[in-house]
Amino acid sequence: MKRGFPTAKLLLSILLGAWLLLALACGRKEAGGQAGGTPGTWQPSYGDSIVEASIGDISGLIPNITSDSASHEVGSLIYNGLVKYNKDYNLVSDIAESWDISKDGLVITFHLRKGVKWHDGVEFTAEDALFTYKTMVDPKTPTAYSEDFRQVKKIEVLDRYTFRVSYAEPFAPALASWGIWMLPKHLLEGRDLKQSPLSKNPIGTGPYKFKEWKTGEKVVLEANPDYFEGRPYIDRVIYRIIPDQATIFLELKAKGIDYTGLTPIQYTKQTEYPDFRRSFSKYRYLANGYTYLGFNLLDPRFQDKRVRQAIAHAINKQELIEGVRLGLGQEATGPYKPGTWYYNPDVERYPFDPAKARALLGEAGWRDTNGDGILDRNREPFKFTILTNQGNEDRKKTAEIIQRRLREVGILVDIRIIEWAAFINEFIKKRKFEAIILGWGLSPDPDQYDIWHSSKTGPDELNHISYKNPEVDRLLDLGRHTFDQEKRKAYYYKLQEILAEEQPIVFLFVPDALPVVASRFKGIEPAPAGIAYNFVKWYVPKELQRYTK
Amino acid sequence: MLNYLAKRLALSIPLLLGITIISFVVIHLAPGEPVELGTELGPKSGAAAKQALRQLYGLDKPLHVQYLTWLSRMVRLDFGRSFSPDGRLVIDKIAERLPITILLNVLELGLILAVAVPIGILSATRQYSLFDKATTVIVFVGFATPDFWLALLLMILFGVHLGWLPISGLRSLNYEYLPLWAQQWDLIRHLILPVLVAAFGGLAGYSRYMRQSMLEVIRQDYIRTARAKGLPEEKVLYKHALRNALLPVVTILGLSVPGLIGGSVIFETIFAIPGMGQLFVQSAFARDYPVIMGILVIGAVLTLLGNLLADVSYSLVDPRIRVGREG
Amino acid sequence: MVVDKLKRAWISPFWRQFKRNRLALLGGAIVILLFLAAALAPLLAPYDPAEFDVKKILEAPSPAHPLGTDQLGRDVLSRVLWGSRISLLVGFVAVGIATAIGVLLGSLAGYYGGWVDALIMRFVDVMLTFPRFFLLLAVIAFLKPSIFTIMGVIGVTGWMGVARLVRAEFFSLKEREFVQSARALGARDHRIIGRHVLPNALAPVLVSATFGVAGAILTESALSFLGLGVQPPTPSWGNILTDGKANIEIAWWLSLYPGLAILVTVLGYNLLGEGIRDALDPRLRQ
Repeated sequence: MKRGFPTAKLLLSILLGAWLLLALACGRKEAGGQAGGTPGTWQPSYGDSIVEASIGDISGLIPNITSDSASHEVGSLIYNGLVKYNKDYNLVSDIAESWDISKDGLVITFHLRKGVKWHDGVEFTAEDALFTYKTMVDPKTPTAYSEDFRQVKKIEVLDRYTFRVSYAEPFAPALASWGIWMLPKHLLEGRDLKQSPLSKNPIGTGPYKFKEWKTGEKVVLEANPDYFEGRPYIDRVIYRIIPDQATIFLELKAKGIDYTGLTPIQYTKQTEYPDFRRSFSKYRYLANGYTYLGFNLLDPRFQDKRVRQAIAHAINKQELIEGVRLGLGQEATGPYKPGTWYYNPDVERYPFDPAKARALLGEAGWRDTNGDGILDRNREPFKFTILTNQGNEDRKKTAEIIQRRLREVGILVDIRIIEWAAFINEFIKKRKFEAIILGWGLSPDPDQYDIWHSSKTGPDELNHISYKNPEVDRLLDLGRHTFDQEKRKAYYYKLQEILAEEQPIVFLFVPDALPVVASRFKGIEPAPAGIAYNFVKWYVPKELQRYTK
Repeated sequence: MLNYLAKRLALSIPLLLGITIISFVVIHLAPGEPVELGTELGPKSGAAAKQALRQLYGLDKPLHVQYLTWLSRMVRLDFGRSFSPDGRLVIDKIAERLPITILLNVLELGLILAVAVPIGILSATRQYSLFDKATTVIVFVGFATPDFWLALLLMILFGVHLGWLPISGLRSLNYEYLPLWAQQWDLIRHLILPVLVAAFGGLAGYSRYMRQSMLEVIRQDYIRTARAKGLPEEKVLYKHALRNALLPVVTILGLSVPGLIGGSVIFETIFAIPGMGQLFVQSAFARDYPVIMGILVIGAVLTLLGNLLADVSYSLVDPRIRVGREG
Repeated sequence: MVVDKLKRAWISPFWRQFKRNRLALLGGAIVILLFLAAALAPLLAPYDPAEFDVKKILEAPSPAHPLGTDQLGRDVLSRVLWGSRISLLVGFVAVGIATAIGVLLGSLAGYYGGWVDALIMRFVDVMLTFPRFFLLLAVIAFLKPSIFTIMGVIGVTGWMGVARLVRAEFFSLKEREFVQSARALGARDHRIIGRHVLPNALAPVLVSATFGVAGAILTESALSFLGLGVQPPTPSWGNILTDGKANIEIAWWLSLYPGLAILVTVLGYNLLGEGIRDALDPRLRQ
């Protein structure tokens, strides 16, 4: 339901519901839904409600200052950006009707739609866009998405509906960054975002108006009849907060929930009976993210490339996909999603080969000298701990399988599962880890400066594996400062080659997103962007409507 | 009576202080600092912002100062604001969830007493009978079953397969459009499974206690005397013995409050009931210290109240105490 | 000789009473069987409990896997058997810690009385006032949820009952003749506590420890449900049951067997504890 993650970049796969929500958020071409009902036989009509399940409560109603995907999902129905991604991941008009980019790429001029109304009836103007920008760069705003806006050199309001932004140098993700949720100046100016009335009763321009948030219970949204793209068909959107995954699934089976994500086991084994197939449509497409095993490159043992390559060879990725995803996923070879224009399929791969792994480790000086089955060097056994976050079954299973495989080549692995907040604050930020299993969520733009650039290794920054490679730095710089797609493609192809060869992290797999929607909902058209991009066009034919007050 | 109450209340004050100190210690066991959450995942939030937060929450001051500041606010029921991104007042967050948890626990306790007391009496008067043995096994099975497992099994049976009862939550989605009687019926239907599961687990404690207490009483001299006087057995048991056997049960009522509240963590999570237990788990995971402290303190205060209530009812039931205090 | 005396005075009447209680005997038998299972787990388990096979995910019970396989294709029987060790370990160590603290503080309070007693008992009251599970959760969530933390925290939050028992026993015993005379003979404090009073206090402590083990096993499973229990790949009944919860409808075996294991064990300990208590309590003898 998230229509393009505004500041794009990456969301460090989020809190407890990571996969569940990720599954809903994004998708790709080979989407093959088993949608019920033939298109065209039903008439779109207004009415009914859709009930979604969320494993965690939202953390706030102003998405700009939250970082969990549940809040973003809700926020994206209440607010709009100037631009958004369409079903093919192209940037298209949202509040901005059109825009001009200067030849040198340094200046973007937005022409806003006229007559876009905030939910309280006030008209949206360029002043609101300017206000949003100021809020985002204000150091007092507790947001994680300010970086893109710091690239802005100058910003000016030309008239009520025109708005111009200038950059000091070409900045490829510039346009996408204006997908940020626009905030109402007339309600927020001079107020603390967190304490403002808006934080309890948000006013946006989006397709849905906020109705109520019962903490820990539900969030209810109601259709905005004056939405500028037309009133959405579904009258109410209800997010039910259900903190236990098993309960969510039972509710789904009892038809108390219309829309959620499935686990691979549920997808393949628990939903293949006639009643379920009649009542729900399952979808499957490649998710926008991948799971990896990352090394702390400050650890001398992992600084040796041969050790990292050996570990890559010791892991059987097919087995992971089989065991963790029941085959519902693809091998990851680099930091990009297969099938995108910048994805390089011809990089070095690391087939499962324990003998080769042992040989590489031997070259690096790791041998089993005392015959206890564990490799050692200078009497130091090869032993490390893999950390991962709690609440993610996939990562837990991945850790268990890797642990076993590494033991077979003589590396002893411990697993530690830590709840998210502590995991990030105590271990990742402080670099107190040896290895981690985590996922990166991906945005449509290939700029991954924040993950791989050597200047981004600070405690609050995302290059937490402390990867440093001058050539990679150069390619990242080149890639983000040009608009020429062919050039960018060349840079990112080269980047993938280096990363594949160096294995600063072992790229494990790209999971499939497995959303399920009650079959009374029509108008769902799977596309590269998944299914949620056209949510406002979903409808329930009159005769199938269930919740009629 | 009033005197007695006042005395009891005064005795609670050192307890309360102890409670706050332990809560405070628990919080500071945590490695790392609680301020990081406000800017969680904020790779772009600078060190300056963090320092500001630290000052805001007084975390740059020495521990005892932090404690005293916090204590003085706590007395005024001001627990501060939650560290979570919603930044709401802790007292509001707790207040909106507390009634649900209390409702659940009161219903649970009521059901437990209604079932456990008769079981306890009957198994005592028929010690080692088939009834005694069967109920012993049944109540212990209740205690021994991991409650989240039982909850899931019942959800599958009554929710998915039979479709008789709602699976989770507290209200149906169309709750607000229902007439009043239907709203109450709706609420009751949602409460049946959680209360049932919770009560089943709690039967053992009370029924065994009741049995024990009854066994002791019926071996007392005055009961023998009553019997010797030729009073009918029924009258001996239910008039003389029962009253005395019930007294100790009343005292453990108060003590069982913390256990009940603690147990609500599991039920509220599995049944998706937005009560205090659920809030506590989420806050513990997120290291939302103000909320954790608030709930620990409120939970302890509730227990104190429970004890007080138990004491008062005890003194009402037992004339010896009343006379002793007033005389 | 001493043994004989003990036997006559204490064990024999106890046993006479205990063996008449069939439920208690059943409990005792369950506990013994459990010990055997845990001790012999390496011999009894048909597979390595961590050996997975992605081709055999969630297979129903069969001759090859009598209790089926789990979500990684591991043998559930082997995991439940090995899990018995962990679950029992958690139970015993946690109760050991609780008992040690309880006996120590209870003895101090009971023996010295006065302000020592008042202070310790106030502390007991404070601890009893906390919702224990909240305290457990907070501490485990903050610290590392390793098996040691879990055992430690269950122990540290569970000693109050023992302390009260021991103290009460002291109060009733210390005015008795044999203690008085020992003191008159100039025996040191710790000697009096160790030789005369403690042995008499042990019976109720034993009963409470038996219940404590059952409680600790249940607590571990509740913590596992919240993801704070024993960490993978070490199997405990709590975490196997939690794994099974997500697949409860297609793979009933994955939750049924660990669930039953917990149920039967906790039941066994409770019946045993009740039996011991009844047999020890002269007032309840018929």
